[in-house]
Amino acid sequence: MNQIELNNITKRYPGCVANQSVDLKVAVGEIHALLGENGAGKSTLMKIIYGVVKPDEGAMRWQGQTVSVKGPAHARDLGIGMVFQHFSLFETLTVAENIALSLPKAESASMDLLKQRIIDVSEHYGMKLDPNRYVHTLSIGEQQRVEIVRCLLQDVKLLILDEPTSVLTPQEVETLFKTLHLLSDEGCSILFISHKLDEVRALCDHATILKSGQVSGHCVPSETTTEELARLMVGDDTPLTEDYKKAEGDEAFLSIVDLSHQSDDPFACTLKNVSFEVKAGEILGIAGVAGNGQEELLNLISGEDTSAKETVFFAKKAVGNLTPEKRRILGLGFVPEERLGRGAVPDMSLQDNGLLTGYQGELTKNGIINTGKVKAFAQNILERFNVKAAGIHAQAKSLSGGNLQKYIIGREILQDPKLLVCSHPTWGVDIGAAILIRHELIKLRDEGCAVLVVSEDIDELYSISDRICAICDGELSPVAPTHDVSINQLGMWMAGDFHALNNENEGAVK
Amino acid sequence: MLNITLEKRPSDSKLMSYLSPIFAVILTLISGGLLFTALGQDPFHALYTFFISPLTDIYGWTELGVKVAPLTLCAIGLMLCFKARVWNIGAEGQFILGGLGGGYIALELMDAEGFWVLPLVLFFGALSGLLWGALTALLKTRFGANEILTTIMLNYIALNWLLYGVHGPLKDPDGFNFPESALFSDFATLPVLSDDYRLNISIFFALFAVAVIWALMSKTLLGFQISVLGEDKAAARFAGFKEERLIWFVLLACGALAGLAGVSEVTGSIGQLNPYISPGYGYAAIIVVFLGRMHPIGIVFASMLLALTYMGGEMAQMDLALPKSLTGLFQGMLLFYLLACDLLISYRIVRKPTARSTGSSSNSAQA
Repeated sequence: MNQIELNNITKRYPGCVANQSVDLKVAVGEIHALLGENGAGKSTLMKIIYGVVKPDEGAMRWQGQTVSVKGPAHARDLGIGMVFQHFSLFETLTVAENIALSLPKAESASMDLLKQRIIDVSEHYGMKLDPNRYVHTLSIGEQQRVEIVRCLLQDVKLLILDEPTSVLTPQEVETLFKTLHLLSDEGCSILFISHKLDEVRALCDHATILKSGQVSGHCVPSETTTEELARLMVGDDTPLTEDYKKAEGDEAFLSIVDLSHQSDDPFACTLKNVSFEVKAGEILGIAGVAGNGQEELLNLISGEDTSAKETVFFAKKAVGNLTPEKRRILGLGFVPEERLGRGAVPDMSLQDNGLLTGYQGELTKNGIINTGKVKAFAQNILERFNVKAAGIHAQAKSLSGGNLQKYIIGREILQDPKLLVCSHPTWGVDIGAAILIRHELIKLRDEGCAVLVVSEDIDELYSISDRICAICDGELSPVAPTHDVSINQLGMWMAGDFHALNNENEGAVK
Repeated sequence: MLNITLEKRPSDSKLMSYLSPIFAVILTLISGGLLFTALGQDPFHALYTFFISPLTDIYGWTELGVKVAPLTLCAIGLMLCFKARVWNIGAEGQFILGGLGGGYIALELMDAEGFWVLPLVLFFGALSGLLWGALTALLKTRFGANEILTTIMLNYIALNWLLYGVHGPLKDPDGFNFPESALFSDFATLPVLSDDYRLNISIFFALFAVAVIWALMSKTLLGFQISVLGEDKAAARFAGFKEERLIWFVLLACGALAGLAGVSEVTGSIGQLNPYISPGYGYAAIIVVFLGRMHPIGIVFASMLLALTYMGGEMAQMDLALPKSLTGLFQGMLLFYLLACDLLISYRIVRKPTARSTGSSSNSAQA
C-alpha cells in the first residue's frame, strides 16, 4: 500500500510554474529520495504535502484516502512530520518551549515530562539536546536536531527531511541513517531531499527526480551511478566533473597564534589555544560539527569580535584588536554563514548590498557615495558571477540561496582580497552554483590569495582544500595536507580525538 | 463563492508604499464624515470647514507655514532616528528643552543689542535639545536602556522643567503673576517675512534641514550606514559600521533639530515662554515621518497635512462649536489607517475562486 500518493499536482505562482503535473508515490516504510536543483520545485511539492501551500490542480491520497491538507497542524494530525531546510524555530524560546508549541495541548501540559521525553528521544537517536537552552544560542546543526526531535516526538508516518545531512559529521550522518532505517523498519515512510547524490544512493530505495517543476525521471538509486543521477537533475549542458590540483602555498598571510577566547554568551564555545596559519595561494579547510567554536573563531578573524592584539596576524601585522573595517583595508574578504541578515541586508537592493562591504575602495570618496561606480560594481558582480536576478535594484531577499551566495562571494572576490574567509560557502546551494563557487575559490587561490574555508561538507573540503584540519569543542586538530588525512581520521578529529594515528594508508581523497 | 485571502508579495510593492498614505487620507476623511454626521453636522460642510476653509486665503497659507516649520524640523530629525531603528519618541521633550534653553538665554540678554543675539539664542536652543537627546543616547549606549521608555519619560521631565521655569525663576516680574516669561526683545525675535503675517524665517530653517538630511541619506556613506544599521544590525556589524557612534549621531542630530524647532517657536510666533509652547508638535512629527514614507519630500507634504489638522481643529471649534480635540482624533485616525494600509505593501489581497479540480473537491465540500 502507498503511504502517500500525489497525482498530477500543479502549482503556479505569478510568473512561474513551480510544479507541473507531478506524480509521486511513497510506499509504507519506503525511503524515497526527491532530487533536483534549487528552484526545481522540491520545496513547493513538500509544502503542498505539508499543507502550507494549496495546489492549483491535482489530488493527494493519504493511506488510500483522498485528503486535502488544510495546514501544517492538519498534516501533523495525519502523521506527517517535516524538517524544513530553513528552520521554523523561535529564537527567544528554549528548545522545550519550541517543541511544546507544535504539540497538542495535552502532550505539552507538563513541561517536566516533555523535557524528559526530549532527552530520551534525542539520546535514543544520538542527537544530544539540552531542552533548557535557548534556540538563539544553538548552532545551525543543533537547531536542526530540535526540528528532527520535534517530529520524532509525534507519531510520524511520513517524515520529510529537506537537506538534513548538510550539517552533520560523517559519523553523525551514519547515525542518522541508522535512525532513518529504524524508522522505516517501523513502517514510517521517509521523503529525503538532498543534493548529495552519494548519500541518496546509500540510503534511499527509490528516487524521483525533478527538473524545472516536472518529473524528469524515476530510478532506484543504488542501481544508478552518481553521474546519471546528476545528469537527470541538471540536464545535459552543465559540466559535472570537478578535479582540482592541490597547491602548496607561499608565505603565511593569516596567522592565529595561541588564541584563547571566552565569550560573554554562556552557551558559546570557548576557544582553547588555537594556532594555525593560512598561506597565500592555498586553501585551508576547517571541518567540524556546527557549534564547536567555528562561529567564535570566525568572528575573531573578521573583527566582529576582538581579542588580544598579538593573537591574530595578517601578513605579520598584529590585528587582534582591530575593527572589521580596518581588517578589510588590510585585505580581508569575508563570506559569513548567514547570507540574509549578515552577509546581505534582505530588504536592500543588490546595488546597496554591493556597497555594504565595498565602501572602502573607489565607491566612496570623502564619505560621499559615487552612485555610478556602485551601480557598475553591482552590475559587474551580476555578470561576472552569473547571478540570476531581476537586476541591481532587486532586493537581496528576492534571490534564491545560490544566487545570493554567488553575489556575496563575487562582491568579496572583486575587492581583490589577500585573505578570503568563507563559512559554509555552498550550504543549501544548488549544484550549478556550488560548482561555480568552488571554481572561483580555486581561481582566487591560484591568483595568490589565502583562502580559509569552514564547512561541514566533508566532500567539499576534500575537493578544494590543500590542507585540512578539524575543530572540536574549541580546540583545533593538527593541520595536515589533505592527501594525508583519511576520511576516518578526519572524522576522529571532528569528534575531538586529535591523537588518532593515521594508520590507514588507503587513499583519503574520494 | 469567493475566497479572499492575504498573500505575501514576492517583493515589496513600491507603488503601494506611495498609495498607502493616500488611501489612509481617504479613509480618514470618510471616517471623519461619519463622525461629523453622528455629531449632527452636515458631513460635507464640516469636512470643508476642517480641511478647506483654513486655506481659502493667504493668511491661512502663512499660518500653515507657521506650523509646518516646527513639524518639519522635528520630523526630519526623527526620520534619521527611525531610519536607524532608534525609536526616539522624544522630539517633544527636545523641542521643549530647545525652547526653554533658548528662551532662557533670550531673557538673560534682554538688554543686549546687536545682531549676534538671535544666532546665540538659536544656538543655545539647538544645543539644549541636543543635550536632551544626548541623555537618551548615553542611557542607550552605556546601559542598554530602551530609548522608547527613556524618551517618553524625558518628555515629561522636560515639560516639568518648563513649568518650573515659567512658574518660578523665569516668570515675568511685571506679568501679574501669570505663568509666562517677559516678551523677548526685538533682537531675540525671528524676523517675519511680511509685517502682515506671522510667518517667519524658521520655514527656511526647515527647508534647509530637509535638503541637508536628504543629501546626507542619499549621497553619503554616513547616511548609508544609518540605513543599514536600521535594516539589519548583524550586517552593519559585519561590514564594520560603528553602531554606538551612529546611535549617538542620530539622537544628537534629532535633538538639535527639535531644539531648533522649539527655540524658533518661542522666538518666533510666540515671543515668550509659556506652559503651552508646544501643541504636541514632537508627537505629531512621528505621524509625519511615517505618513511621509521616511522620505524628505514626503515629510514636507505630510507636515502640511498635519499642520492643517491643527488649523482645522481651531476652525471646527470656532465655526461648528466642536471641541478642538478633534485635531488629535484626526491625527490618530490618520496613523491608524496608515498602519493598516501599510500591510498592503508586503501583502496583497487575492480572490481565489474555489478550485474545481478533483483535488480540492473534498475540501470545498467541507468548507
